Amino acid sequence: MESPVLAVEDFCAFFGDNQILKDINISISNNLVTALMGPSGCGKTTLIRCVNRMHELIPDTKVSGKMYLKGEDVYAMEPIFLRRKIGMVFQKPNPFPMMSIYDNVIAGYKLNGLRLGRDEFDTIVERSLKSAALWNEVKDALHRKGTFLSGGQQQRLCIARALAMNPEILLLDEPTSALDPKSTAHIEELIVELKKNVTMLLVTHNIAQAARVSDFTAFIYLGELVEFGPTEKMFTVPKDKRTEEYLTGKFG
Amino acid sequence: MEGNLRNRIIKDKIFKGAVILLSFISLLPLLLILYYITRNGIAVINWEFLTQLPRPIGEAGGGIYNAIIGTLFLIILSSVLSIPFGISAGIYLSEKSEGKIAHIVRLCVVVLQGTPSIVIGIVAYMWIVGPFQGFSALSGGVALSIMMLPVIIKTTEETLKLMPYSLKEASLALGVPYYKTILKVILPTGLSGILTGILLSVARITGETAPLLFTAFGNQFMNYNIFKPMDSLPYRIFYYAMSPYPEWHTFAWGASFILVVVVLGFNLIARGIATKWKVQF
Repeated sequence: MESPVLAVEDFCAFFGDNQILKDINISISNNLVTALMGPSGCGKTTLIRCVNRMHELIPDTKVSGKMYLKGEDVYAMEPIFLRRKIGMVFQKPNPFPMMSIYDNVIAGYKLNGLRLGRDEFDTIVERSLKSAALWNEVKDALHRKGTFLSGGQQQRLCIARALAMNPEILLLDEPTSALDPKSTAHIEELIVELKKNVTMLLVTHNIAQAARVSDFTAFIYLGELVEFGPTEKMFTVPKDKRTEEYLTGKFG
Repeated sequence: MEGNLRNRIIKDKIFKGAVILLSFISLLPLLLILYYITRNGIAVINWEFLTQLPRPIGEAGGGIYNAIIGTLFLIILSSVLSIPFGISAGIYLSEKSEGKIAHIVRLCVVVLQGTPSIVIGIVAYMWIVGPFQGFSALSGGVALSIMMLPVIIKTTEETLKLMPYSLKEASLALGVPYYKTILKVILPTGLSGILTGILLSVARITGETAPLLFTAFGNQFMNYNIFKPMDSLPYRIFYYAMSPYPEWHTFAWGASFILVVVVLGFNLIARGIATKWKVQF
């Protein structure tokens, strides 16, 4: 078996004295969608933020355990280099409001001062927007502001922005929670399409979404990883009683 | 029941009428000021008035050219001095809004805002005029820049605080270092708000007279040297108005008209920027 894209070993996270995550062990393989599901406040968002160390923005947090991205220790790297290798899409679409659609896609290069030729940028923009299934809708409006787009289009623009950096892994933090059902369906189709080339870690509180798009599912409850395995198996024959109760709507 | 309802409707109408009347009365002074200035001032405004230097006593004619240029110089000088400090302090306050130092800084800003302009003038006199041994545009610029600071700091802070956190996250998640996130994402996004604040502070200091009386002082002649005394519109108005000559009194009105137009212009541009460049999230 090939080595995992992301390996999480005995990982714990604390906010002050509160332990948010307890001994998490997950490994994520190449070109698969792994869903993290669980009730609100269970720590799934914390876990995804620990992958690109965004939790460090909040004071008084600490972690223990190990995380490896393609074999490299996440916590031994400079956060800014780590984050360039990891794409992230947030709950609410957050394109840069003062930038055009074009500049939004290459924002990762522009803001980091990575200079490329005009042609190369053109190629990156077209490729990224095509993979985010947005190209046909915006190809004639590349130099308009990204905020003129609808919510769902903005979210796909954010996905394109993350893809433009050729990330090792794409983190999706409840990417559809601020969208209407139609845009949600669009994003879900996109995720399924994207996994041909990209490894994704998807946080969702929507059980049905996890079932629809993911290959593997991790169920987190109260900071503990209750169960981790192939989605199909977990949704048909859950091993843990708590998973079964959550899936059948007894809590959560 | 019926009568009660009618009473209420009548009270409602009286209240509405009173509010409209009182708000109109509160606008009256402004309208009167504009009326007088226009009536008395517009007659002297012509090309010569705008492009000639003041004449010595006893000689007819003259203008306010040096005062216009002086005011322009003072605005530029004080903006150059205050904008970097003001924006930096505003960034600091919006980024570290909790904590003791931020609290103290915020308190200082409030106190500075309330400090009488003449006191600021005295401080600038002590700092610059004393050591340099003479009145200078520089000292005037320092005094005015101190007056600009609180407005710039406050508006920068308020503008940046309105930026959604998700914007900063978006940038940091792309691996953009913190300082670049502030300089290239947060500041440009808040540009219209910050510019509005700067223009409002410029509008505020353009008409300031008190701190200039013993700093930039005034100068009958043309002067481009910031280490020499420099004229300004408010000072020229003061000088013309205090004179015993009727012609100079009309000059004072004319200069007042120009000053009001300039200040109004700054305010209108600020409003225009605030609405037109408004960033949508």
